[in-house]
Amino acid sequence: MSIKTKTVVKTALVAFVLTSVAACSDKPKPVEPTPTPPPVATAPAPQPQPAPTQPVQTGILPGSQQDFVVNVGDRVYFDTDQSSLRADAQGVLAAQAAWLNRYPGVKIRIEGSADERGTREYNFALGARRAESVSEFLISKGVAPARISTISYGKENPLNPGSDEDAWAQNRNAHTSLTSGAR
Amino acid sequence: MRKTANGPFDLTKRGLLVSGMGLAGLAMAPEALAQTALRGTVDQGNIQPLPIAIDINSGADASGNNIGAQISKVISADLERSGFFKPIDPNAFIAHEADVNVQPNFDNWRTINAQYLSNGRAFTDADGRLTVDFRLWDVFGTNQLLGQSMTATPENWRRVAHKIADAIYERLTGEEGYFDTRVVFVAESGKRGNRVKRLAIMDQDAANPSYLTDGSTKVMTPRFSADSQEVVYMSLSADRARIYIFNIETGRQETVGDFRGMVFAPRFSPDGSKLAFTVTQGGNSDIYTMDLGSRQTTRLTRDGSIDTSPSFSPDGSRIAFTSDRGGSPQIYVMNADGSNVRRLTFGGGAYSTPVFSPKGDMIAFTKQSGGRFSIGVMNPNGGGEKLLTSSYLEEGPTWAPNGRYIMFFREPPGGTPSLWTVEASGRIERPVPYHGGASDPAWSPRLK
Repeated sequence: MSIKTKTVVKTALVAFVLTSVAACSDKPKPVEPTPTPPPVATAPAPQPQPAPTQPVQTGILPGSQQDFVVNVGDRVYFDTDQSSLRADAQGVLAAQAAWLNRYPGVKIRIEGSADERGTREYNFALGARRAESVSEFLISKGVAPARISTISYGKENPLNPGSDEDAWAQNRNAHTSLTSGAR
Repeated sequence: MRKTANGPFDLTKRGLLVSGMGLAGLAMAPEALAQTALRGTVDQGNIQPLPIAIDINSGADASGNNIGAQISKVISADLERSGFFKPIDPNAFIAHEADVNVQPNFDNWRTINAQYLSNGRAFTDADGRLTVDFRLWDVFGTNQLLGQSMTATPENWRRVAHKIADAIYERLTGEEGYFDTRVVFVAESGKRGNRVKRLAIMDQDAANPSYLTDGSTKVMTPRFSADSQEVVYMSLSADRARIYIFNIETGRQETVGDFRGMVFAPRFSPDGSKLAFTVTQGGNSDIYTMDLGSRQTTRLTRDGSIDTSPSFSPDGSRIAFTSDRGGSPQIYVMNADGSNVRRLTFGGGAYSTPVFSPKGDMIAFTKQSGGRFSIGVMNPNGGGEKLLTSSYLEEGPTWAPNGRYIMFFREPPGGTPSLWTVEASGRIERPVPYHGGASDPAWSPRLK
């Protein structure tokens, strides 16, 4: 049987217009144009939900960040894939509203979060819903809408880095961050 | 659409028949190959990877660098990861082929059971350019299947190797190659709960990684434009989310739009003229498009539910998306103007992240069911669901430009995410050899 060896056509098949690709790695790493905001005041591990009537602890400046976190509670929790406010959350938020009404110069950012048991983009939407639930509740209790901003962190900033039921439960939350005006 | 191999198909057919299995689906009319070849085979049973020897020679240069051996290694690794080839260890070779213009000593290659041989010569020409002259042989049929020469600047030797691997893959499978491509992704470092997330880009085989943002804000969900020159992504800082377009060529980036609420899930339309993304206002997430010329936005969904993760069909006429308007996250499709919304998934569990395949013949998605996550595929009408993978947590499917492989990321409980590929039948699953945490991959079109 005869074997045909094909003539090799020496075309330059690779038309390398590669300057752009090569240039990429040589380039200094660009920096995002937006100024980086100061880090969020980090909250301690979730507090046991204090009753709104709990007496103010000594040594804490009323109207301060610490006052809000310790004596009111800066975080509420949600059930899986839910954004409706549980009874325990409503208790905390009523106390938040009362505190905010006592210190009208304080502005807040409500940061909604989700556990890792959902896809990233869906969880951004879910966290936004949770932040909105909290915002609506506070507004209904007399906090001026202009004092409130909301954001969703989705599943990007988990409070508990674990991967179990406890961690998920802690990570389904909305955090009220005092952005200005606290003592 | 790129044309696939159209050489003497009878040779291919005979070569593959000698194998007796493996890519048996190729033993049919050439015109049917591109659509059915590999698919027909893998659906029948186990894949029998084809033994192939890659023997590109150059001799060592003055600094002891053997570029031919390095090119051989990259080609072999590409072919191996495809799942359809079993490259033979060069240590088993009886002798190298000294002259690329002479027919190989087939006995030497038969002895080590190489069904195919790709031999060649790499050299630097007078202009300092790297040239690789290579052949592909059917060892048992003793026929030449390919003979080509490729030239590039020496620093692009890996792209030469990928292009040779593409040529071999195309000639022997009848499908488009996908090795000369890149992946944009999110490089993750630091502890869980406080991750640094940087925009990164690398070759599809994880070589040449480079980092495009500095990690001062978290970046997520990058997507290539159709010409691979731009990447759109989301950036999250403590107080706001933004969408950026990053130009890979110039390194320039710009923010897109100024939205009061959350903005996320950006994608380019196939023609590059528009973006689709999600904006949340009053807690309600809806899908919008923005014309990149006029910067005018159009709201596409008005439902009070979550609507996100848009994916344009390749012809730009439809958008698949995730919505929980039916009570749980499911996949829907609408016309690109927001009309004619239809629900595609009805199975138990939650469905999200739909992504049209490059040919528009499938939609990849993430399914959450029974405490597990899976990557799956279905027809564009919602039928024919097939789950390809399963683990504790995985999501983010992206298609190789040939529509045969899907890259995604997987995160073990309490662990670090990593990139994986799975063949569209689910039979071939491979880790992407990037060293480090990585998520949110997006596969480029074939490079020009």
